[in-house]
This record gives sequence, C-alpha cells and structure tokens, in this order.
Amino acid sequence: MPTASDELIARLRARFPQHILAAHAYRGQPTVTIRREGLLEVATALRDDPATAFDVLMDLCGADYAWFGMSQASAPTLRTPSPLPYFMSPAPSAERWERGVPHDAQHRFEVVYHFYSTAHRRRLRLKVPVSFAEPSVPSLAGLWAAANWYEREVWDMFGVVFEGHPNLKRILMYESFQGHPLRKDYPINKRQPIIGPVN
Amino acid sequence: MSVDAAKLNWMTTRLDAALGWARKFSIFQYPFVTACCGMEYMATATSHYDMDRFGAGFPRFSPRQADVLFVVGTISHKLAPMLRRVYDQMTEPKWVVAFGVCTCTGGFYDNYATVQGIDTVMPVDVYIPGCPPRPENVLDGLIKLQEKIAQGELAR
Repeated sequence: MPTASDELIARLRARFPQHILAAHAYRGQPTVTIRREGLLEVATALRDDPATAFDVLMDLCGADYAWFGMSQASAPTLRTPSPLPYFMSPAPSAERWERGVPHDAQHRFEVVYHFYSTAHRRRLRLKVPVSFAEPSVPSLAGLWAAANWYEREVWDMFGVVFEGHPNLKRILMYESFQGHPLRKDYPINKRQPIIGPVN
Repeated sequence: MSVDAAKLNWMTTRLDAALGWARKFSIFQYPFVTACCGMEYMATATSHYDMDRFGAGFPRFSPRQADVLFVVGTISHKLAPMLRRVYDQMTEPKWVVAFGVCTCTGGFYDNYATVQGIDTVMPVDVYIPGCPPRPENVLDGLIKLQEKIAQGELAR
C-alpha cells in the first residue's frame, strides 16, 4: 500500500525527473535529494502547488561529509541494539545512513531543508549536495523569509554561499573570524580570540 | 591594672581594617549572567539561601555602581570584549567572581567559540567551580571573597 510519503516522492519524480538524485521514505518521512540547479524550481513548486503546499520552512542546515564513513567516530551507524524495546511500528529491520550520492569532493557538503505543510500536515526533507570547489546554492530567502537567518548561519559555519541572499554575512561568529568552524578540516584546536591570549 | 573593654566607649583599629570590614558586608554585585548558571545564581540570591545574609543582596545593573563582578555562565570569544568593557567601567576597588566551571576554565566547551577561562581576559579573585555550583558552593565562595575583601586584597 503506497503511503503518503511514497505518493509525494512519486509526484516529485514524475514532475522533476531531471533534478532528483535519490529519494527514500523512512518512518513516514520522505527525503528527496536533488541537484543544486533544480533547487529554486523544485522549491517554488513545493510551495505553490496546492497538492504539496509546503508553506513553512522549519529548518535549514548544512552538513560536511568530508570524512564520512572513514572512521568509527565519523560514521554514525544506528546498528547498535537498543536495550529498550521498540515501540515503533513497524519495527525497523535495518537502519543505516544513506546519502544517495557518493562521498567525494563533488558532493562534500549538503544543505538540508525541512518543510512542513500546514494544509496537509506533512513534512519533507530536501537535500542538496554541494561541491567543495564551488560551494553555492541559490538562496530561498525570497520564497521563505525564514531562510534568511538560516542561510547566514550555514554560510557562517560551513562557507556555503547562497546566491541572491539579501544580506549574506556572519550571524554567529564575529566579523574578524577566519574560516568556517564546522567544516571538518577546520583545526579542532584553532582559537581566534578577539582579546586575550590564543588558548 | 586590667581594663574592662566592655566599659569603654571607644575602640582602636586600622583604617584599612575598618574599611575592609565595612566593604565586606556591603557587596554591590553586578551579575553578568549569560547561561544556565544564572538559574543557580538566582536560587542562591533569593530567599531560600538568601545571599542578603552576607550583605550581597542588592545587584546593581550598572557596572559603575558595582563592587563585585559575578561572571555567571559561558563566555564566548565574541562576548569577551563586552565583558572586559564592563570590567573596565567598574570603579576601584573591584573584585571578580568566576561563577561556574565555564568561567573558570571553559568547562567542557573546549571549542572554537568559548573563552577558556575568563582569567585570560581579566583578573579573577574567587573561582566557584561546578556545573552548576550548588548554592552552598556559591555561599562558600562568597565567604571566601568576604575574607579577601576584609584583608584588602585585590587580584591585581
């Protein structure tokens, strides 16, 4: 029996076959990975199409997959048996992290969008892989005003440029800060105090 | 010949000892509260533990009217210049209390954003570790600060 998530994924696959890289649904939540070039088109359609009507941008965050899966510490798996009984139904058989794209420099970063539709009470996770050489995606600040500060935060932490953003500057770190601290290659011991010694 | 001190109407002391005695019971504190330690600070200040028993019950929210700077909570590198400016605005004599482990050493926030102890930015008189410290710890630190004030010691 196709669930609402499957229907949403099928709808997107039928409408944007050229943009979709991967899609899956897990515990009733669909995740769709799309190409950067199609982001504005897909997002506009998701918001304006009455069949989807994702009117709320709940969250927007970045991720750095630089060394994903290369060590135990950087490969979060959920295979550890839980001491607690599963209360979810159906009980998941195997849980693992899937990206749908290879972990290389072309897909090093990911910008993740979480949408919510108040009309359909449905959520959607949209992922956009971004390359290391040209880390940029189109800004969604013109579609959802909430994207404005989120995109500034992702730029601050990961250095992903949002093209067309009205005011793309640091939001958490100070202006004199060099680099982007949540990138995996930012030195973990690097300190940039404004006053006082470098500790 | 013995003198019954109780019958005397006067006593002798040193001026700095008298000043120290007066100062230690009239602590005007400036609470610089940034994080979760603030809840424990409030619990200590209010009636159950009653910081006012030690003459420290009157927070002044202007650094120019304060004697003791209570730095309560995590200080980030972005915030450190503002904290230093508050400290510089306080008039002499002034004391600084590092409240909670984040202000003492940075605590478990050993990362790009957090100052690893406010003593990298300003002199500190009393450290109260704990995450957060119990009100008993805070009062113990306050009593130690009072001893320090009575002796006329400053951290510089």
